Amino acid sequence: MIEFKMPSLGADMEAGTLAEWLVKPGDTVKRGDIIAVVDTQKGLIDIEVFDEGTISELVIKENEKVPVGTVMALIESGKEDLTKKEAIKPTSKIEEKKATEKISVVATPQFIKASPLAKRIAAEKGIELNTIKGTGEDGAITKEDVEKAIIEKMAPAAEKKITTTENIRMAVAAAMSKSNREIPHYYLETKVDMRKALTWLTETNKQRTVKQRLLPVILLLKAVAKALVEIPDLNGYWENGLQQKQDINIGFVVSLRGGGVMIPAIHNADKKTIDELMAALNDIIPRARAMKLRSSELSESTITVTNLGEGNVETVYGVIYPPQVAIVGFGSITEEPWAEMGMLDVRPVINITLSADHRATDGATGSRFLMAVKNHLQKPEIL
Amino acid sequence: MSNNNVIKLTYREALKQAIREAMQKDESVFLMGEDVGRYGGSFAVSKGLLQEFGPERIMDVPLSESGFVGAGIGAALNGMRPIVEVMTVNFSLLAMDQIVNNAATLLHMSGGQMNVPVVIRMSCGIGRQLAAQHSHSWEPLYTHIAGLKVLSAGTHEDARGMLLTALQDPDPVIIFEYTYLLNKEAEIAANAGAVDITKAKVRREGKDISIITYGAAVYKALGAASELATMGIDAEVVDLRVLRPLDEATIFNSVKKTHRALLVEEAWASVNVSSEVSARIMENIFYELDAPVQRLGGVEVPIPYPKHLEDASIPQQADIVNKVKKMLQHD
Repeated sequence: MIEFKMPSLGADMEAGTLAEWLVKPGDTVKRGDIIAVVDTQKGLIDIEVFDEGTISELVIKENEKVPVGTVMALIESGKEDLTKKEAIKPTSKIEEKKATEKISVVATPQFIKASPLAKRIAAEKGIELNTIKGTGEDGAITKEDVEKAIIEKMAPAAEKKITTTENIRMAVAAAMSKSNREIPHYYLETKVDMRKALTWLTETNKQRTVKQRLLPVILLLKAVAKALVEIPDLNGYWENGLQQKQDINIGFVVSLRGGGVMIPAIHNADKKTIDELMAALNDIIPRARAMKLRSSELSESTITVTNLGEGNVETVYGVIYPPQVAIVGFGSITEEPWAEMGMLDVRPVINITLSADHRATDGATGSRFLMAVKNHLQKPEIL
Repeated sequence: MSNNNVIKLTYREALKQAIREAMQKDESVFLMGEDVGRYGGSFAVSKGLLQEFGPERIMDVPLSESGFVGAGIGAALNGMRPIVEVMTVNFSLLAMDQIVNNAATLLHMSGGQMNVPVVIRMSCGIGRQLAAQHSHSWEPLYTHIAGLKVLSAGTHEDARGMLLTALQDPDPVIIFEYTYLLNKEAEIAANAGAVDITKAKVRREGKDISIITYGAAVYKALGAASELATMGIDAEVVDLRVLRPLDEATIFNSVKKTHRALLVEEAWASVNVSSEVSARIMENIFYELDAPVQRLGGVEVPIPYPKHLEDASIPQQADIVNKVKKMLQHD
């Protein structure tokens, strides 16, 4: 039996509300199927399943809010359970991590001091005592504490119905506050001559239909992806030390019309061709704006790219999205005087910045990375 | 208008009016006790009653608690309705044998044939500088005895009305009266009379905490509740009134509402009435509690004579206020 759990869709997510089940007991599912819609601070998210089998039980009901890691459904897999679980788990780094966390919680059951009344009310309302801070004698949880928790639990749900914009604002606020509070950033900046890249792009686009045409940002994304292969330290998480990630999943900042941002991940950006990247971007941006992202797209980015070029701003210094360790910023491409080999010329120039976690890496690493991006952009034909 | 409906009187006067009314109503009621007649009662409760009812119904007795309590039991067995006054609760220990081995047991030992409708009144309590042998709270001793009904008159209303109902009871009833309250004046209904003696009573409604008490501590608890109200704490005061058998329903309903209980009494803290109330709350409504049940009892010393030490030996209004604030984590 495989347990399908409430996924974490970001560092700031603690719980989610099941909005809808898209499957029923008896349905067969395979890896990648969307089986549920979960309401989070970031709106309604499609949740994928990572296992194959038959849904045997839907454990939680629609409109129920549960903490991350709570079993939502049980999936009967045809093969031997344990080995299957072992075999499938490592395909997703994040899933694997969650599993170990879960075990450690079980291993050290904690006695929570709470009044009998508080325990009873919490049990009736389905609130976990370990999510409540006690204010009574010696930190005991009292009825008042539980009631406060109930109000807090109800309040976001009620608000969400009114506006998701506000919640996205809150989610961004929480993540960015955490970032500024916990991550010591260092910042690097470089100017890149984009003449070769843009010339190549213009030539390439000439041979394409309007629909197939490429945007400059694709070259930038590809260059970043390739640079990360060389400098893998910037592609990872800071969680009890630097954890490099195998997959290079670039989170692309999409600003929403009503304010706030979504950061969908472009999976395995280094392995995608330019065309595949363009297709991915064309697919993902409208879905992000419509808040119809899949859970894996929201939770699995390993680095973030922010591109403020459209707004004619020359330079952007990003704030790292925790627990990532770096964010790359692109300004707009502007014509500037450019000195090269003793000659002055006018070139299309872009300012590329790197904000990186100084706990994970130092300026030298960051500098090597920016140089790598720069070099890749000089050879657009082999990107 | 209100003056027509309420009267102001002392606790002593309330007790006297109760005895007078009982004797007027029923020829078989008589009062016996040390100095109740010519002296008017050691606390002047029965002053003037000898002239009104004569020596056969207001009966002075020798200093022999075991003897005259026994005589009262005998009279009751023979169809009279005696009120036996024991001067102070301390001396009642001399009559313990009569109370435990006769009054409390005869109905059972006669196979239900012999009721003992005796009412025994005792002055008790602390706060009049009467020292260790004249001021104690022995209520817990009597509440332990199966076969007795034990009442505590903590208010003027009950001082006026409990005796009348107790005299209707076919079985022995002990009424505790409080010397501390004798001179205290309060308003009661002009037509106040017999009161129910099966129920505890909520003397003040509140939602934050139940102060459960009896006897002379009732007014202190009410004073504390008023003081707490100025701090925004809404305390409920429950007067147990009937110490045996305990009215669980009233106690439990109050605690179910407030989810916290402070038990206050003047008797020594170990093995007192509060111990029993606390245990029953735990056994029956544990899951209603939002804080541990707390008790405020008397300091476990023989009651001192000096005023300041005597005051320090029992819970005072300020102690109740402080304890409640602590339980509610107020400031």
